[in-house]
Amino acid sequence: MATTTARPAPDELPKAPRDLLPVFIPPILALAALPLVGSPTTWVTLTVAALAMGMMIFVIASGLTLIFGLMDVLNFGHGAFIAVGAYIAMTVLGPLSGWVQSDALTLNLAALFLAVIAAMVGTGVLGLAFERIIVQPVYGQHLKQILITMGGLIVAEQLIHVVWGGDQKPMPLPNGLRGAITVGDFALEKFRLLAVAVGLTVFIIMQLVLNRTKVGLLIRAGVENREMVEALGYRIRQLFVGVFIAGSALAGLGGTMWALYRETLTAAIGGDIMVLVFIVIIIGGLGSVGGCFLGAILVALMANYTGYLAPKIAVASNILLMVAILMWRPQGLYPVARR
Amino acid sequence: MIQSALSGDMPRSRILSFVLATILVVLAFAPFLFSGSQPINTAAKICIFIVLVASYDLLLGYTGIVSFAHTMFFGIGGYGVGLALYGWGPTWASAGIGLAIALVVGAVLAFVIGLLSLRVRAIFYAMITLAVASAFAILASQLSEYTGGEDGRSFRVPQLLRPGTVLFDIPAIGVRVDGRVLSYYLVFFSALMLVLAAFRIVNSPFGRVLQAIRENDFRAESLGYNVVYYRTVANCLAAGMAVLAGAMSAIWVRYTGPDTTLSFAIMLDILLMVVIGGMGTLYGAVIGATLFILAQNYLQKLMAVASEATAALPLIPHLLHPDRWLLWLGVLFVLSVYFFPSGIVGKLREMERR
Amino acid sequence: MSQALLTLEGVHTHIGQYHILQGVDLVVPRGELTVLLGRNGAGKTTTLRTIMGLWPPSKGTITFDGQPIGGQATPDIARLGIGYVPESMGVFADLTVAENMRLAARLGPPDATRLDWIFGLFPALKRFWQLPAGLLSGGQKQMLSIARAIVEPKSLILIDEPTKGIAPAIIEGMITAFKELKRDKTTILLVEQNFRFAASLGDSVAVMDDGRIVHRGTMQALASDSALQSRLLGLSLAAHQ
Repeated sequence: MATTTARPAPDELPKAPRDLLPVFIPPILALAALPLVGSPTTWVTLTVAALAMGMMIFVIASGLTLIFGLMDVLNFGHGAFIAVGAYIAMTVLGPLSGWVQSDALTLNLAALFLAVIAAMVGTGVLGLAFERIIVQPVYGQHLKQILITMGGLIVAEQLIHVVWGGDQKPMPLPNGLRGAITVGDFALEKFRLLAVAVGLTVFIIMQLVLNRTKVGLLIRAGVENREMVEALGYRIRQLFVGVFIAGSALAGLGGTMWALYRETLTAAIGGDIMVLVFIVIIIGGLGSVGGCFLGAILVALMANYTGYLAPKIAVASNILLMVAILMWRPQGLYPVARR
Repeated sequence: MIQSALSGDMPRSRILSFVLATILVVLAFAPFLFSGSQPINTAAKICIFIVLVASYDLLLGYTGIVSFAHTMFFGIGGYGVGLALYGWGPTWASAGIGLAIALVVGAVLAFVIGLLSLRVRAIFYAMITLAVASAFAILASQLSEYTGGEDGRSFRVPQLLRPGTVLFDIPAIGVRVDGRVLSYYLVFFSALMLVLAAFRIVNSPFGRVLQAIRENDFRAESLGYNVVYYRTVANCLAAGMAVLAGAMSAIWVRYTGPDTTLSFAIMLDILLMVVIGGMGTLYGAVIGATLFILAQNYLQKLMAVASEATAALPLIPHLLHPDRWLLWLGVLFVLSVYFFPSGIVGKLREMERR
Repeated sequence: MSQALLTLEGVHTHIGQYHILQGVDLVVPRGELTVLLGRNGAGKTTTLRTIMGLWPPSKGTITFDGQPIGGQATPDIARLGIGYVPESMGVFADLTVAENMRLAARLGPPDATRLDWIFGLFPALKRFWQLPAGLLSGGQKQMLSIARAIVEPKSLILIDEPTKGIAPAIIEGMITAFKELKRDKTTILLVEQNFRFAASLGDSVAVMDDGRIVHRGTMQALASDSALQSRLLGLSLAAHQ
């Protein structure tokens, strides 16, 4: 039958359009900040700090945006997983204080690894419970969803107080990760480099899973058209529960990193960063992992530069950034194709 | 007369009518019924929050918009009046000008946020308001040379409203009518008027359109109503009412600061009050605010007793610790969203119908 | 008439407050191509969606291959061997043609000989194999959507208006494809407004109006009886010819 279709010459194959414009915004922002900051060493410090912060935000936000993309559920209680993850990590690091305070980097990293695994498993399990108890009964009802996940957040935060107490806790950074590596004139803090490495690893793994595996294809297909995935015979509920667990575990990972970055911990730790997380997923385009990655870097750059140049308006500057981007692209940097 | 004051929107439940009447009477005579400052403070706070929660109900219950920026408008009212009284002296004129500025700022902000996000989905709006409100709170505490920062500002109110101003005594019941009592009645009657105004709004043709939009925005749009216009107006009205509640609070507390007006904790309180009381009923705002503030003040005492009584058991005393009262209200909140989406008011009306 | 593969008895479907299907009785005989005709809004698409479980029936029974499937979840219905080509085609625009086909082959990598057969029917798919499906033309998307439904052998395929907005040249190709599927003993339920296309393929026919089946019979009988055609199908279908 194809003989009847008009055949374009082989060189007329349509090219996949690549929308690269948003990719250039973070470097442009960084370069624009350079003359304002003045000193190159300060600028490098700020930029590395921003990248570290951006990666932590990305780790937290990526799960949230995928959960939204796949099932149209926005979990306002995501912040609870950040806090719970951090508290679990703290609990695990307590008995391992010998390893944490050791000068051997391998022991430091081993302690952190165990803490992170425990945090991710714990928040993953909590995510499963949260999905079952809180989210499942209100699929498709946005208003109730927002209210109920907020309610879940209140309860979870209070339960943290019950289990771990309400006071601020120290979250000491392992010895080997303190201080900085100097490269020429530039001092690069070790933990920030580690955070960047972890964030990039998560991003790369996520891209590989989403692009190369059948589960990843199903997630992408489900984000676009849930019904059709079901009509092909896939039980998208199971897929969604899996993504919810993974997203919660990532929040646990991000929360652990965030607490180590701040070196202190309170039950409200999730709330502080969730505002940035929401800005990031709005900027990135709800449901888009790539947009979330870019948005996280952008927001962190903005926060760090303005934090240095005009600390009083640091948070407000991100609101302005969000407004500017929404005026340019009302659905975010990378709008996700929807049904 | 009652019917027309309530715009024909009656409680439709005998128990509810009784409870509402009790609340009204107690609030109306609070300065004469109780002695000491705590009960009267509680009564004033209930009045203020009834207005705040009712204004939020205009959005959530009647328009189906979830906003997390409502405390921002509350704060704008508080700061507007408070900073004006602080900066320009304790006169009625500065309070009036401060309030006027706050109303304009609030309405403009509500309008801009609405334009930016009300065209898109509910979730978008919720996230954007959350971000904007938290940025506003941080900004308010950062700009300390204007706002007093974290400490906020204490200020004096106009002469007539000060505790030292004694108008007359009523020796028969041992009550002295002073500036404080006057302040209370200023708050009380403002609250009464605003709540009745809210009833007017939701029962007007405009309010009916809002509810039609809440039920099905596509359909409302296809019937020729400009959904964005209606939502934006509702947003501005609710914001304006929250600004007024903030002003009332400033006049009563004689202090304005980030924790008492802008914090996210208050936003959560408002959510709890409106949902537990009953969304989309306005009476729910009255019931929810009253119940919540009484719980805030008295449930904690009860829990302290329970916590001590169970001190020997593991975990339970922690769960019953007075600081954990929010835990139980949070659980109640989640349960009400599931099982009684129309809250206490809806439940009472349902019982009556059986 | 041979044995029924799919039977709907007194099926009602509500969407929100709207009562769309008001007692549909439909029989799809095994190994045949059944055409479902009717004007816009008659309930044809809702019938297919109800069979797929995308909208639950509020009343009535749906029987597939002897077992009741009404009220089951969509994936479970699909797993019984039912393929679905929705009106909107439902291709995953963000995924390549190859990835679309990979997902459609749920039980494992697509079978090579079957793929060759599909490429023979729709060569464009082979040419654009690595291209995001969103870049395909409307007709090519329709080919992909049909190819997805048949990449694994199915007992029943539901197809919703494949000719809508498609160039006549491609429609001729579809006719070939459906004839080959029929030869393969695949049962097809085809929703159509294009009567000429429907008449060239259909074995049996059902006509819907206002949420009910108003006529059932053989396509031959309907095609040869122009009085019946104009009574059942009226001007709305004539306009499509």
